[in-house]
Amino acid sequence: MPLQSLDIVRRSATTLPSPEVRGAHTGQVAKLIDTTKCIGCKACQVACMEWNDLRDAIGSCTGHYDNPPDLSENSWTLMRFTEYENPKGDLEWLIRKDGCMHCADPGCLNACPSPGAIVQYANGIVDFQEENCIGCGYCITGCPFDVPRISKQDKKAYKCTLCSDRVAVGLEPACVKSCPTGAIVFGTKEDMTQHAEERIVDLKSRGFEQAGLYDPAGVGGTHVMYVLHHADQPMLYSGLPDKPRISPTVSLWKGITKPLALFAIVATAAVGFLHYIGVGPNETDERDEDAARRELEKTP
Amino acid sequence: MSELTRRQFLKVTGLSLVGSSLALMGFSPGEALAEVREYKLTRATETRNTCPYCSVACGILMYGLGDGAKNALPSIFHIEGDPDHPVNRGTLCPKGAGLIDFVHSASRLKYPEYRAPGSDAWQRITWDDALDRISKLLKQDRDANFIAKTPDGLTVNRWLSTGMLAASASSNEAGYITQKVARSLGLLGFDNQARV
Repeated sequence: MPLQSLDIVRRSATTLPSPEVRGAHTGQVAKLIDTTKCIGCKACQVACMEWNDLRDAIGSCTGHYDNPPDLSENSWTLMRFTEYENPKGDLEWLIRKDGCMHCADPGCLNACPSPGAIVQYANGIVDFQEENCIGCGYCITGCPFDVPRISKQDKKAYKCTLCSDRVAVGLEPACVKSCPTGAIVFGTKEDMTQHAEERIVDLKSRGFEQAGLYDPAGVGGTHVMYVLHHADQPMLYSGLPDKPRISPTVSLWKGITKPLALFAIVATAAVGFLHYIGVGPNETDERDEDAARRELEKTP
Repeated sequence: MSELTRRQFLKVTGLSLVGSSLALMGFSPGEALAEVREYKLTRATETRNTCPYCSVACGILMYGLGDGAKNALPSIFHIEGDPDHPVNRGTLCPKGAGLIDFVHSASRLKYPEYRAPGSDAWQRITWDDALDRISKLLKQDRDANFIAKTPDGLTVNRWLSTGMLAASASSNEAGYITQKVARSLGLLGFDNQARV
């Protein structure tokens, strides 16, 4: 399973098929984030920066707990804090670790026009190859979760890699390892789904009737999943989309418009060629020239 | 096939030259290569230690440059939790997870310094000088202020005029020994930097 980080199943803007013989027979990887166990300590944020050799600029307080205030090319994960007053009038502190969801059907990969700038590995990880990135920002438009960020330094897009370099050698991602409360766990997607189910049973027994797993089908399921106390209202968690899906513009552009445009180009060339063969160039003969000359002489 | 005129030969070679020149100048189609980032700890030296911040005393693994060879100067470049340590089993808090920047901090204290009474400047001194000075002052103060018995004859063997603040980057065993040393001197004012 780990070395599948090296087996690529999909690449952006590439029509040549990837090698497909080796399959994910031992399961795909997944990260499960249990928002009900998270204390918002931000150890995951620090571990992420440490492992990936990133240092974000020291910012200023913007009046809330989110620090830094938003994801950036140097902050690939971020705790987002929400104070929610439930119908009973009690305050609930909903903390969600934001970052790339590693969708099974990634909007970024679909939208990307640069060959091989976004790839999907057999183990489910969606990774950016910055060498091939042209910095157009289509991945940001294509992402239903608004995750990638373009660096001001090199104008390339960056996001969480699910520590593909660690997973490739059989280790868990850095954020998972650091988490002191065990709110972030890592394993096969199957094991993580099962772990989530156990957590949900426990939560329901504690009065969270709507507890559930967030593994949205609109993007084919994700390799980063959440256990939510209020799975019926994901929007409560700092705007986690209720039903994420790839933008219709991306589907329209990549799905219908591109082949249609290609057909139009080929058809124009073919019609031009056939016209040339069948009708030929528009030439004038001696009679036409004479007629034109007479017309000219007539005019004063 | 065998008939290649001079004109055709020049055309073929000329076109090959143009094609290869364009490829060299960067007009070739890009190869869609992809690779994960190289795992950065493969042959680094792994050293076990205890996190210096609080008394939870989490186990850490420090990864250093080089393999310990005489000519390689080690430098720590990555720190993560020790999965074999019973206290934290690999996890760390945000402070522990960011230890690497503490190690390389420009303001990190690396050697003993002394500030003379009335002076506003710190001067670097050797460990020997520092320990000598500390022990001399301790002995002087203890000799002057040690209380063996209270006025009504009760044996107390206490030394109230000096306190000791211990560091937290120590194991249970180091903590035990520190406690024994402090208490055997009669110290009562004894605390730890991270008594959480």
